[in-house]
Amino acid sequence: MFSKWFRSAFSVFLIFSTLFVCCHHEKKDREILVSAAISLKDAFNELGAIYQKETGIRVRFNLGASGLLQKQIEAGAPVDVYASAGVRQMDALQDNGLIIEETRFNFVRNNLVLIVSSRSALALDSFKDLLDPGISRLAIGNPKTVPAGQYAQQALKSMQLWHRLESRLVPAENVRQVLDYVAREEVDAGIVYASDVPVSRGKAVIAVSAPGDSHDPILYPIAVIRGAGSPADARKFIDLVLSSSGQKVMEKYGFLSLR
Amino acid sequence: MIWDTLKLSLLVVSIATILIGLIGTAFGFLLARRTFRGKDILDAVLTLPMILPPTVTGYYLILILGKRGLLGRPLYDLTGWSITFTWQAAVIAATVIALPLMIKSARAAIESVNVEYEVASRIMGKSEWETFLRITLPLAGRGLLAGIVLSFARAFGEFGATLMIAGNIPGKTQTMTVGIWEAMVSGEDERAKWLALILTCISVTVVYLTNRLTRSNKSN
Repeated sequence: MFSKWFRSAFSVFLIFSTLFVCCHHEKKDREILVSAAISLKDAFNELGAIYQKETGIRVRFNLGASGLLQKQIEAGAPVDVYASAGVRQMDALQDNGLIIEETRFNFVRNNLVLIVSSRSALALDSFKDLLDPGISRLAIGNPKTVPAGQYAQQALKSMQLWHRLESRLVPAENVRQVLDYVAREEVDAGIVYASDVPVSRGKAVIAVSAPGDSHDPILYPIAVIRGAGSPADARKFIDLVLSSSGQKVMEKYGFLSLR
Repeated sequence: MIWDTLKLSLLVVSIATILIGLIGTAFGFLLARRTFRGKDILDAVLTLPMILPPTVTGYYLILILGKRGLLGRPLYDLTGWSITFTWQAAVIAATVIALPLMIKSARAAIESVNVEYEVASRIMGKSEWETFLRITLPLAGRGLLAGIVLSFARAFGEFGATLMIAGNIPGKTQTMTVGIWEAMVSGEDERAKWLALILTCISVTVVYLTNRLTRSNKSN
């Protein structure tokens, strides 16, 4: 009787102890963890490889929506560097004293562009052409939740097009969905960041860029997180991103250099 | 890369399913066979992860278990270890999210066992624990197994809470579902397709095999 009880209790104990023993046996290689907006994925993977080769320090990336990454850092996630697709999220962390302020830089800029399917016969030379009755649906990120949608709304408003196009707008939950709608020709056109277009692998093409003064500058900030395991290694990654070779990599993926 | 993701998912879901089976059966028994103050409240709280969007459950988890969290802070002060962004965090997320399914199934399965058998066993001098192991457990077996299969499927497909507390670190905490999401969002359609296909095959196989297993048990 006792032995049976003991056996069950022991197996439960075994499971819990494996859980905890495993965690303490993780290899302690020198590494940094970079939380980055998922739109930076391809560019940062390339930069990560360069960083690793130059310093011998391993970089791991934690990719997600900027707001989610912000929440994780606020809850004490062991992040060394945060690269956000929005200034607001970085401001929130700065207000809470969670970043090392001297290490905060805007590292790239992005452009807002109007895209159509590569199979589309539409000839859009300017945003005004969206008023053409042939355009019945225009996809943008949901301005309530998606930063790209907020910029799109701002741009359309400044060009006096928002009210005339409002009934044709299809809000999407993220930029990828806008790309997908356009690529599948579910909508006639969409508004995304220039750096998102390569993600569609040629299925969506840029028709025209939004005038720079039609919306706030789209800036990407980066900073070392306060309490980072090795702030010096983290700072080295930021230096690489800001360096001329780092900026070239960013440009390769459709971002605009700030240097 | 696909292999890393698959391996991690299998590890996470196996441990989660074992934990869910044990914890879920225990709570199911408690709710089915015991009366105590606050039972309805306990039931409601345990059902919560089924009702809340997984991202919200994940947010609760990170508030409780994060380095600055209610339980996370003392754990960190004591051991210098924090659960955020570890594979163990993925286990906890999957366990918490799928547990309500197991508790509901276990409760129903145990309630369906005739109490008189249990009473008879105790009258014959068997202990509570032995009665549970020899009478209740075998009689409720099929229901419990169904609950375990359901929980396995739910745990395998867990995404929102996992992304929140375990993060999305390829090779370290990226599970199949998180991998599919990342591949889709970053335009790697091939990878997304393969991961989705593997996930589907494994789930269908496991559910199919368990169904067959239980059916042949019944006919014997």
